[in-house]
Amino acid sequence: MTTLKEDYVASIADMDEDKALEITQQLIDAGEAPMEILGLCRSAMEIVGQRFEQEEYFLPELMMAGDILEQIGALVRPLMDANSEGSGQTVHGTVLIGTVHGDLHDIGKNIVTFMLELNGFKVIDLGIDVSTKAFLDAIAANKPDIVGLSGFLTLAFDAMKETLDAFDDAGIRNNFKVMIGGGQVDDQILKFTGADAFGINAMEAVNLCRKWTGVAA
Amino acid sequence: MSRAGIADPEALAQERIKRINDTQALIETDRVPFIYSTRFWAAKMAGVTFEQQMYDLELAARITEQALDLLQPDGYSPFSLQTWGPTLEALDFRPMKWPGHGCDPNVSFQYLDKEYMSAKEYDEFLDDPTRFNLTKYLPRIAGAFEGIEHMPDFASASEFRFLAAMRGFANPEFRKSMQALMEAGEKAEAAIMLSGRFTARMRAKGMPAIAGGFCKSPFDHIADFLRGSKGAMLDMFRNRDKLLESIDKSQILLTRGVVAEAKASAERTGNPVANVFIPLHWGLDGFMSPDQFKTFYWPGLRKTLIELIEAGVTPTVLWEGNCTSRLELIGDIPKGKAVYAFEQTDLARAKAVLGGVVCLRGNVPASLLVTAGAAEVEEYCKNLIQTVGKGGGFILDGSASIPDESPVENVVAMVESVRRYGN
Repeated sequence: MTTLKEDYVASIADMDEDKALEITQQLIDAGEAPMEILGLCRSAMEIVGQRFEQEEYFLPELMMAGDILEQIGALVRPLMDANSEGSGQTVHGTVLIGTVHGDLHDIGKNIVTFMLELNGFKVIDLGIDVSTKAFLDAIAANKPDIVGLSGFLTLAFDAMKETLDAFDDAGIRNNFKVMIGGGQVDDQILKFTGADAFGINAMEAVNLCRKWTGVAA
Repeated sequence: MSRAGIADPEALAQERIKRINDTQALIETDRVPFIYSTRFWAAKMAGVTFEQQMYDLELAARITEQALDLLQPDGYSPFSLQTWGPTLEALDFRPMKWPGHGCDPNVSFQYLDKEYMSAKEYDEFLDDPTRFNLTKYLPRIAGAFEGIEHMPDFASASEFRFLAAMRGFANPEFRKSMQALMEAGEKAEAAIMLSGRFTARMRAKGMPAIAGGFCKSPFDHIADFLRGSKGAMLDMFRNRDKLLESIDKSQILLTRGVVAEAKASAERTGNPVANVFIPLHWGLDGFMSPDQFKTFYWPGLRKTLIELIEAGVTPTVLWEGNCTSRLELIGDIPKGKAVYAFEQTDLARAKAVLGGVVCLRGNVPASLLVTAGAAEVEEYCKNLIQTVGKGGGFILDGSASIPDESPVENVVAMVESVRRYGN
């Protein structure tokens, strides 16, 4: 017989939204610690991540899982005190990510961000149409381990190269790894831009970050 | 016979049209054809801004003519004129940013992925899509439509209530909208008239337009223009039945009028075959599962393709991204009646699965066209022509047309390759 907590993890991982929210409320009413509830959510999201990696789940499931998590967060967060927030999860490294200047697309970047957070990385998302200067300022302020440049359109090839050239010019290129990704990015663009690696989907981005930060898969 | 061997422009145009139409119908031709299609490569080549091309109609025609004169393709898509700037501006169109209007003057237009219809509005949309469009949807996506919500509700008016309903036409906001829409209409008319003059002028030089119409896949319409991609994906779980019902409804609405428009357009350009371009956005591998594709995407798209084919129109479907896992399923349409352009799907694999069913088009990678040298582009094209082009049924193209940033010599190398290796 499964316990309520096992049911809870399964309901989130299986996209059973109503059940997940119902059990959240039951756990809150039973006085369960907010951090314990979020810990169970994390376990569920690990299953979601694994299923995505195994191509059992796709973007709709990631969107849905993310939305369920947001709703749970809205119920649980008001119960947390200042000391408990943000604790309890190991951070493997910091990833600074953004869509390069000129390009307004963000779905790929958002999925990568979501999957990286799910896998224990702190992600600073600079949004879309990010200027070279904005990248440089954010790097100076946050000292990331990895910088991710995203772009969907062909104009992003030049924009990625300009951004990487600016890292060189600023003498900071060796302070972090750079990964690139987006619709048309391939080996050719990797060579053209001088980035360290490219990924064709969110799991490849996660695996690159794991490799670079020495985290076992 | 080579193009140089034909002095009569009309004979040259007929030769080119036959080469393309036969290829599309899977009849082997003298060589692989190339069709010119791009967003703003002509502007880049001519040294004018994308914004100038979008707004200055005569300039757009001049630079496109220069590109066609230089490349001498077998045909071209008149969509490549890209002269919608004045119409977009007059509409105050919000789902898109374009050169000089939210984008840098030299950055291509881009759609914004947003929710324009809430999940709660499905019933309203399904009950009366026209009313929903007039009162809710259109005012959200374009400023010029904001006063249209005051238009009388004709379906509800009867007898004396019908007369009283006419009051809506006196509403100042409605009248302001009508003025704005009349202006948008004039801009659209000017763009279409320019296209007509341009195709006639190019035809007189032996260069045929590969024209027709435009249509959307039902799921993409809902994801792109109604619910936003996130909304549409969440609806797969939360509002499955409403989503499926809306896909069915949209399929009917989206194809209405397309056949007549496409045939009229092809007739104006003197091509016996009308082509309808259908670019796809959300059905690719990695975005949705095979089951989701079978449930939410393919049935509506297939119905559209079948309807167009049965009406004698040739759909040209651009399968964005990698669609390898979809190949077996999407071959379930009549043979020799459609073109599938693939962006990243391996064309050799596509040929093996779909070769006897559809004409393939593509797919010289954008990365190569933009950043490699002409020799590498030529080598890549040669390989595509000799493998995918073997036996016919293949049109060479960029992976998603000609990228704006491609150096001239790379595009010339691509087009020349069909003459060098295409037979």
